[in-house]
Amino acid sequence: MNLSYIILIPLIPLALFLLLGIFNQKIKPSVSGYIGVFGLLASTLLSLYTAYQYFFVSGKVDGVYQTFVDKAVWIRFTDTLQIDMGILIDPISVMMLIVVSIVSLMVNIYSRGYMKGDDGYTKFFAFLGLFSFSMFGLVLATNLFQIYMFWELVGVSSYLLIGYYYTKPSAVSAAKKAFIVTRFADLGFLIGILIIGYYTGTFDFETLNNPEGSAILNWASTSFMGLSVITWALILIFIGGAGKSAMFPLHIWLPDAMEGPTPVSALIHAATMVVAGVFLVARLFPMYYFVEHGFALNIVAYVGAFSALFAAIIALTQTDIKRVLAFSTMSQLGYMMLALGVSGYDGHEGVGYMASMFHLFTHAMFKALLFLGAGSVIHAVHSNYLKDMGGLRKYMPITNITFLIAALAIAGVPPFAGFWSKDEILVAAFEHNKLIYFVGVFVAGLTAFYMFRLYFGIFWGKDTTYEHKPKESPLSMTFPLLFLALLTIVGGFIPFSELITADKIGFEAHLNYPLAAVAVGVGLIGIILAWMFYKKENDLADKFVNAFGVFYKWTYNKFYFDEIYLFVTKKIIFKLISAPIAWFDKKVVDGTMVGIGNKTVLTSNKIKGLQSGKVQDYAFAFIAGVVVLALVFIYLWTN
Amino acid sequence: MIEGISIYEILTLTTIIFFIGIYGFITRKNLISILISVELILNASVVNFVIINKYLYPDVLQGVFFSIFIIAVAAAETALAVSIIINLYRQISSVEVKDTETMKY
Repeated sequence: MNLSYIILIPLIPLALFLLLGIFNQKIKPSVSGYIGVFGLLASTLLSLYTAYQYFFVSGKVDGVYQTFVDKAVWIRFTDTLQIDMGILIDPISVMMLIVVSIVSLMVNIYSRGYMKGDDGYTKFFAFLGLFSFSMFGLVLATNLFQIYMFWELVGVSSYLLIGYYYTKPSAVSAAKKAFIVTRFADLGFLIGILIIGYYTGTFDFETLNNPEGSAILNWASTSFMGLSVITWALILIFIGGAGKSAMFPLHIWLPDAMEGPTPVSALIHAATMVVAGVFLVARLFPMYYFVEHGFALNIVAYVGAFSALFAAIIALTQTDIKRVLAFSTMSQLGYMMLALGVSGYDGHEGVGYMASMFHLFTHAMFKALLFLGAGSVIHAVHSNYLKDMGGLRKYMPITNITFLIAALAIAGVPPFAGFWSKDEILVAAFEHNKLIYFVGVFVAGLTAFYMFRLYFGIFWGKDTTYEHKPKESPLSMTFPLLFLALLTIVGGFIPFSELITADKIGFEAHLNYPLAAVAVGVGLIGIILAWMFYKKENDLADKFVNAFGVFYKWTYNKFYFDEIYLFVTKKIIFKLISAPIAWFDKKVVDGTMVGIGNKTVLTSNKIKGLQSGKVQDYAFAFIAGVVVLALVFIYLWTN
Repeated sequence: MIEGISIYEILTLTTIIFFIGIYGFITRKNLISILISVELILNASVVNFVIINKYLYPDVLQGVFFSIFIIAVAAAETALAVSIIINLYRQISSVEVKDTETMKY
């Protein structure tokens, strides 16, 4: 398979970033938007061509999808341990190329309308280019170290874009929070990489993921605290993935990241960057599965399931529409993680892996659509809060319809995309772990409820009187909505099980009717409840809130996790550890140095009068010295 | 060799001239006077060269050559010093030593 043009997919956005970043002031805003859109269009077309070539023309040999690698040595430590830079083409990287490029393109188009008139218009498109470049690099990475580099680069671009409104203190602190929390998690990732590099002597995905390969299994028996070192490494790598994918308990940055512009939330914090953690586990899936019978994979499953439940509960009570979507994203990411966690490897056993990737794909589409729809609403009413909305269906018909389609998709109503992928996830969970299955079904109901609470709250509900009459967004914003809505409708019919599987062979997936019926039923119950509560203005919801007063307050405050973190960091770590160290540093270490400096200055002040600047004083001192020396020598010689 | 005068007397004389020069160098307030004092010091040493050559090594002439060499260098040095002093005068309208200490510390 010809790989030469694939390198252009990441390089075009990089060129965009450099062009728009360097000539930031010289390029007119109207032009820079087009540059961004057309650059991403080129990348998208190349990605689609790559996908066509890979899946339907030359990717399959004897019924197995091959892995194609094109790389060059970058840093060389030993013969096997070397860091390469290159591109790796296999089913999941091709799929991610499509997801990233399509969502990036849509967000670029959308931003032309949404960011219109903003001061940093060109800068915004430059950052989007940087992000797309990093994300493409991440999905194409050939080894752990390369993925780590691009992993940090997406973190940086996320930081830049969250803090885009840098005059707003909340945006700045949100950006810092996102960066610090994910960096903290990445420490685990880095240690994991180093452990793997030390024991197996390679960073290469191909070698590591070869199930018959001796690279991993040789070392799987070396144990440390009851688990093999490789399992520890995998758990540490998963911590990195959990940080990026906002898994409990490292989720606290994602809701705050909503301070960024809404297109950024759609691109980075819904569709692409946050799935990097899922992608990482999927990328190393054979390792996770084969080392110690998937012990690390079990952790992935339980963390995913708990995060899905936890986030869905919090999403029930949030009133900022973007935060509802943020917790919904976290919940759906939990879904993907749990699907990976319960997955097997061969044939139909690997349905969880397939379902996870499928859900990643469909979720990227409908969650981007939800965010862009929310952005359209925010653009119209200039508020993020549900209380300022209501009855918008009359003013914004296109946003209304597309948002409804996305909400139906995420609630798992057939035939929209979310139904198919969620069904596969529930099948996988049902076959491997009943507890996780029940959590999954319950979360599906919660999802339907909170999503339709949001939908009814925005587009139906009370008839708010608006100061400025809201109007439908311009075509540049509605086109992406319509396009993504189309993908949300047809996306579920893609035969994913034939294309993307753990063992790369492909199998026929069948709809499991009883399980599908249960999931749809639960989803419909959620929708009907939301319909009763929020379609018309009534006091049912308030009654419920009063009945569950304490619980409501807890969930509304996100179970006080931010406060717990603040308490732990400020009260315990800062006060008990950092403050004494800072005191020691300031008083003792700095004190010594400052003392030496002060004493030197004092002494020099005292003796600087000697340097009078009078040449005769110097001459006198010199001659006096000579005379004294002469006398000394004469005395010594004469004795 | 000068009849009736021993080397000690002449060396005493040059020593006196030398220290008069040093005294002048240290105590004069005027740069020109300081320059003159430096000339005294140089001249004392030139006389020493000649006298020691004449009294101790009458067969050779290195001492005399050296004294001529020193006189040439002293002339150049004086020209340089005077030009510096003139420039200084243009800058601060003074040739007093106390006015030239602005770059101390």
